[in-house]
Formats: sequence, structure tokens, C-alpha cells
Amino acid sequence: MTTTVEFGKDLTGLEGLSVDQISTILDVAEPFKEISERPIKKVPVLRGKTIVNLFYEPSTRTRVSFEFAEKRLSADTVNISGTGSSIVKGESLVDTARNLEAMRIDMVVIRHGSSGAAQFLADRIPSNVINAGDGQHEHPTQGLLDMLTIRDHMGTLDGRRVCIVGDILHSRVARSNIYGLTRLGAEVAVCGPPTLIPHGIEELGVQVFKRVEEAIEWAEVLNVLRLQLERMKAGYIPSLREYNRFFGVSVARLEQAPRDILILHPGPMNRGVEIDSHVADGPHSVILRQVTNGVAIRMAVLYLLAGGSPERAEAAKKGTRS
Amino acid sequence: MDEPAVRRAVARMAREIVERNAGTEGLILVGIHRRGVELADLIAEEIEKSEKDKIPLGTLDITLYRDDLSVIGPRPVIGASDIPADIEGRAVVIIDDVCYTGRTARAAMDHLADFGRPARIYLCVLVDRGGRELPIQPDFVGRHFEVTPAEDVAVLVPEQDGRLAVELRKTDKG
Repeated sequence: MTTTVEFGKDLTGLEGLSVDQISTILDVAEPFKEISERPIKKVPVLRGKTIVNLFYEPSTRTRVSFEFAEKRLSADTVNISGTGSSIVKGESLVDTARNLEAMRIDMVVIRHGSSGAAQFLADRIPSNVINAGDGQHEHPTQGLLDMLTIRDHMGTLDGRRVCIVGDILHSRVARSNIYGLTRLGAEVAVCGPPTLIPHGIEELGVQVFKRVEEAIEWAEVLNVLRLQLERMKAGYIPSLREYNRFFGVSVARLEQAPRDILILHPGPMNRGVEIDSHVADGPHSVILRQVTNGVAIRMAVLYLLAGGSPERAEAAKKGTRS
Repeated sequence: MDEPAVRRAVARMAREIVERNAGTEGLILVGIHRRGVELADLIAEEIEKSEKDKIPLGTLDITLYRDDLSVIGPRPVIGASDIPADIEGRAVVIIDDVCYTGRTARAAMDHLADFGRPARIYLCVLVDRGGRELPIQPDFVGRHFEVTPAEDVAVLVPEQDGRLAVELRKTDKG
């Protein structure tokens, strides 16, 4: 029963993962859901491991979700955020990480504003590195929890039609969703204003809808992205009101759909901009389910990476008594 | 052991459990994933037949309580742990297929402690193959086997293996 699927040292994105690796993470997350429902929400599997949550960008949901996951696996955790640390004194990412390594840590969870920061760090330190969002690159655990939530409700991802609506250009969530969902056989589309759809996105195997009505006509699942308010100042969209009028997911629009559509949103929501309150709180919204699943997914990733080094795989081959 | 032999051992262990506990009062059976769960079902059936009493039946998956994650790496198959009744102050019988190093039993006791404080924990195994690495002994044993390091004990159960039996198998080790 030892794992047959090998994982590398790090999780920096879903782009490089195989079907088996992604499926294994989703499958392992299932039993971890139950741990969070127990009166004592803790198992000792990562006892003695030290994990640093290194957050260069503000985050509540992702950081807290990782922290719960770590604590429920009995790891010791330290949180370092951009403000109030030596980061503001100009210390480089690698220097910060090397100093942490000198204190004997085992894993780093990193959120950073620059694309590629997680991989940059992973290549330079021996600890496991988990990407909790790097610039406009990837947010793999968010992609995985979205996939788990869709699979929970639809049974499978294979052949399901998922449309990601919103700012695709700047979204690491969109990228991780596209890589993961297409890898597992889902049909993926994106929808948003032309200024926020990257050129050549079709090369990733997705189709593009210019109008949200078309997306709703086609999709079984809508993953509605947060519209970063600073995009308006940068001139990508004329106004929030106009965005809502053309791309907001509303009850009236969903009523035109030929079927019930599952609604996801990675949070935090701008109610009344990209999503209306009645949709966010409606019967087909699984937004809070995503949050619950996020803890289970992060537990699964931590568990699989913590035990996945080549030396351990070697020891497993030699055979250990159980 | 062929199927009748296993069934006789199961029936005897069921009687011994009831006898030791002086009845079925406060008894909870807990099977360890995966083969212990099926054996627990069989023992519960036997007790129901003789005592006309339904015993609470739970399952434990001890994967996350093992002490060898760093040695053998993560296992992707993790079952659910489901304890149907409050174990506080009751007699819990942990049921597994084979007792070998004792590490599974230790992990199971650690795991049970998360659900409460039983008055008493028993260990019941179909096969005791010796080779303990911890000071743990089963209370109820179907059969003792002297097993060399070059052999392995395989307990086969209907739902997973299609039949009920115990077999000694040569391994490529030793």
C-alpha cells in the first residue's frame, strides 16, 4: 500500500504534474476531510516537522487554511509576513530562506508577488517548498481545491465543462485551474473583457467566450474570479459598474441557462461586481465548500511531500516491516 | 488455515471476548483497515448469533498515526476512522488480521485516545506471527504461527480477496 506515485520535493505549480499525481492528491484529500470533522481535529503524522509560512503578499484565507492544515497534522508552524519582518529591511528572498534553513526547518509555504518566486526558492534550499501563489504564475493548491470541489459535486472531472470568468490575464488561480482541469480531462473555457484575456490562451487548450451569456449557455461550472479593483485604475476596464453589467454573474443571467450551474469563487468576493449576492449565497454556490476543501487539500499536499523524498522511496524498496 | 478453520477461530474468539467481558455490556468492536474491518464484521456476527445482541462496530485507519512516515513514505490509501459510539468508559476490542511488530496496535491505541478514554482496550488478531518490537501482546488470538523472515502471512477475506483463509507465503527476502 506504499505510494506508487512519486512526488518531487516541491509543489510549485500544476503545469508539470501528471494525471496520476493530481489524482493522488485529490484522492488523499478525501480522508483528510474527515479529520476536520472530529472532536479532536489532529493527527500526529507531521509531528516534529517545522513549517514556515512565508507570506510576502497579504492573504487571510490561504494563510489560515495552510496553518490549519499544518496544525491538524501536528507540525510546528511559524508565520512570517511582509510587514514587520526583515523583508521590509530589504533582505533578499534567498537570504531570508537561508536564515530560516539555518534554524532547521523542513518546509516553506511561500506567497510572493513575483511569478516564479516559489521555483526560484525551491531550487536554492533543501526544504520542501509549496507555492501558495506567485505573481501571475500559479496557485496550485487553489486549483486543486477547486478541482476537488467540482469532483465532489459532479462525480468526475472528465468531460465536465468549466468556464473561468473574469480577469484571466493576471490570475494565477485561472492558470492553475486551466492546467489541472485540462490534465484531468475537463473542457475548460475562459470568459472576460478582451483586455483581460491573454493573447494565445487557446494554446493551453481552452476556448474563449467574449460574452458571459455564451459562457452560461455552455458551462456546467462557473469559476468566478475576483476582479482586482486596481485593474480599473490601470485602465483594463472602464468602470466596475460596466464590468458588472457585462460580466457580472447574476440570478437573471443564470436563469437563462439550460441547466443548473455550479458556482465557485476563490474569494475574497466583491459582491455586486463579479458576482451578485443572490448567486454567491444561492443553492448552487459551493464557495464555502471550497474553503472547507482547501484545508483537506493542503493537508494532503503537506502529507505527500513530507514523506516523498528519494531516500525514503529507496528505503521503501528495501522493504520495511509493518 | 482454510475457511472452516478461520470460521472456527473467529467463533472461538467471539466467545472469548464475551466471556472475558462478562457479557456484551459496554463492548465496542473496532476493526483496523483494511482486513481488520472485515474480521470485526465476522466477529460481530458471531456475537450477535450467540448473545442476540447488536454490538457497536467501528473502524480505524492508523495510517496517520504510524511512526514510520520518514522511513517508508506516505501511503495514498487512507480509510475513514468511524467510531459509532462514545468509547468513554467502555471496553474497546481492537481487531486486526495479523499481529507482528506491535506497531499497528500502538498506533491504534494512540488513535483511539483521540476519541476518548476507554475503560479497557483489548487486542484481538486472527494470526499472531511473533516478531514483536514493542511490549504489546494480543488478548485474543486465532492462531499462533512460527514464521521465518523468509515467509509472510497472508490473511484473505471475502470482500477484498474473494475467500476466507490464512496462507504462509515465501517472500523474496531472507
